[in-house]
Amino acid sequence: MIKIKELTKRFNNVLVLKDLNLDIQTGQTCVIIGRSGCGKSVLLKHIIGLLKPDKGKVLVDGKEVALMKELELTALRSKVSMVFQGGALFDSLNVAENVGFGLIEHTRINREELLERVEESLSMVGLGGIGNLAPSELSGGMKKRVALARAICIRPEIILYDEPTTGLDPINADSINELIRSLHDKLKVTSVVVTHDMKSAYHIADKIAMMYKGKIVLEGAPSEIQKTADPVVHQFINGLSKGPITEAIDTFK
Amino acid sequence: MFMLPFIDLGRKVIGFLHFIGGLTNLAAQTVYLTFKPPYKYEHTIVQLKKAGYDSFPIVSVVALFIGFIFALQSAYFMQKLGSEMYIASLVALSIVRELGPVITALVVAGRVGASNTAELGSMQVTEQIDALETMATNPIKYLVVPRFVALGIMLPVLTLYANIIGILGGYLICVMKLGISSSMYMNITFDSLSFKDLFTGLFKAWIFGMLIALISCHEGFNVTGGAEGVGKATTRSVVFTFIMIIAADCFFTALFYFILT
Ligand SMILES: Nc1ncnc2c1ncn2[C@@H]1O[C@H](COP(=O)(O)OP(=O)(O)OP(=O)(O)O)[C@@H](O)[C@H]1O
Ligand SMILES: [Mg+2]
Repeated sequence: MIKIKELTKRFNNVLVLKDLNLDIQTGQTCVIIGRSGCGKSVLLKHIIGLLKPDKGKVLVDGKEVALMKELELTALRSKVSMVFQGGALFDSLNVAENVGFGLIEHTRINREELLERVEESLSMVGLGGIGNLAPSELSGGMKKRVALARAICIRPEIILYDEPTTGLDPINADSINELIRSLHDKLKVTSVVVTHDMKSAYHIADKIAMMYKGKIVLEGAPSEIQKTADPVVHQFINGLSKGPITEAIDTFK
Repeated sequence: MFMLPFIDLGRKVIGFLHFIGGLTNLAAQTVYLTFKPPYKYEHTIVQLKKAGYDSFPIVSVVALFIGFIFALQSAYFMQKLGSEMYIASLVALSIVRELGPVITALVVAGRVGASNTAELGSMQVTEQIDALETMATNPIKYLVVPRFVALGIMLPVLTLYANIIGILGGYLICVMKLGISSSMYMNITFDSLSFKDLFTGLFKAWIFGMLIALISCHEGFNVTGGAEGVGKATTRSVVFTFIMIIAADCFFTALFYFILT
């Protein structure tokens, strides 16, 4: 279970997260929505310990991430994997080496088994047989799916997805949603998914949490979110250009 | 208003102290992780080839020309004194003690240091370094240690090679152009060189190699601001490395002068 308590983070005096609280149960899929630049990627990076909070804490299975020693952090990172917004594939390695990276670096797995696992992960994202290509030879959407394959290849317990379907065609986006669902249903993976795609949010989420001004302003099941009376959330999920979120900007003009 | 230059100077000093602090920290971690198992030889071998083997052609060309130039310049002076036969010892000593290590280091800094910074810098801006960390791989162990070890090994090797080529350059000028006999040139060269000359030169080369690796990786890790940032960091990396090589050269030359004489 992931517990985020009063998480506060500022960059060069700009407050990005402000006393943010959020709990994600084991096996749950939590979708985080919010405007571009509101700090969703920053939040994910705190969960895996890439960024240190200025205040507050993140607990994963009861242990505080920011206080972890090297060994504990290694243990955490071998059960949590992250799909970066831009893919972040290693461009000095080919696709298969990228996908198998965690296994190559941290296990004594033999070659056949490794190739099998890599191929299995690639076919799960619909990209079987492209192991020998270099990342530079892939399209943007393919890179994203390879990054996803890399994240699932170590069979993690928790996966953090940073906009996994942005930039994919609708069919591929839907199969990624199906993949996230089946990881959730079959393997009981805990997922934290950042997305702008409301359709996929309703489809995959057990819980949707909306971030606004550095806080979670509303969280609840997809059906509750859809019916919400909260004007901020209402404006966001329905994609309206007029409403409380943009009012602040309008009065500024 | 008249304070502005001082404020600017103060910022520069703080920036420099920050750089030295970061570099020292990186150096300490790198040394620690170099000796900490597990050892991954594959990455080091790749770097040995990139940093060392691939540098031989350019080092050959530069060292040969330096040998030519140095022989001709010393000939100009020695002919005035009427002691052409000492050109050989002048060439040998200057190359082995000073020019070999420094020129090799500058060439490698331009070639390998710049490419390290550009490579690590673009990994930084595309979040590949973060990705390494999330996959429980220490970026220093994975990226810096192999470069540090490879440059530490290859710089003395390249320097030794540059010494030989440089002396060969001097030999060619003296024997073909200035009419000094081949056997006399070789005898004087070997007589004038002591083990100490060779050792201090190679020791400096080892230091320069480690400096190139650390500064180039440090600048790469600290890139901010996209492609433009990578470009700036690469320039800064080469400039800092040049300055640090010359400063370290001055320091160790003085040190050896006072402790070994
Ligand atoms: N390393 C950093 N240094 C300085 N500022 C940062 C850094 N990382 C993020 N920020 C700032 O934090 C804010 C939130 O960034 P973040 O990347 O989390 O947005 P996001 O919600 O993921 O947006 P998007 O949906 O566009 O990906 C931005 O204003 C950004 O400028
Ligand atoms: Mg983001």
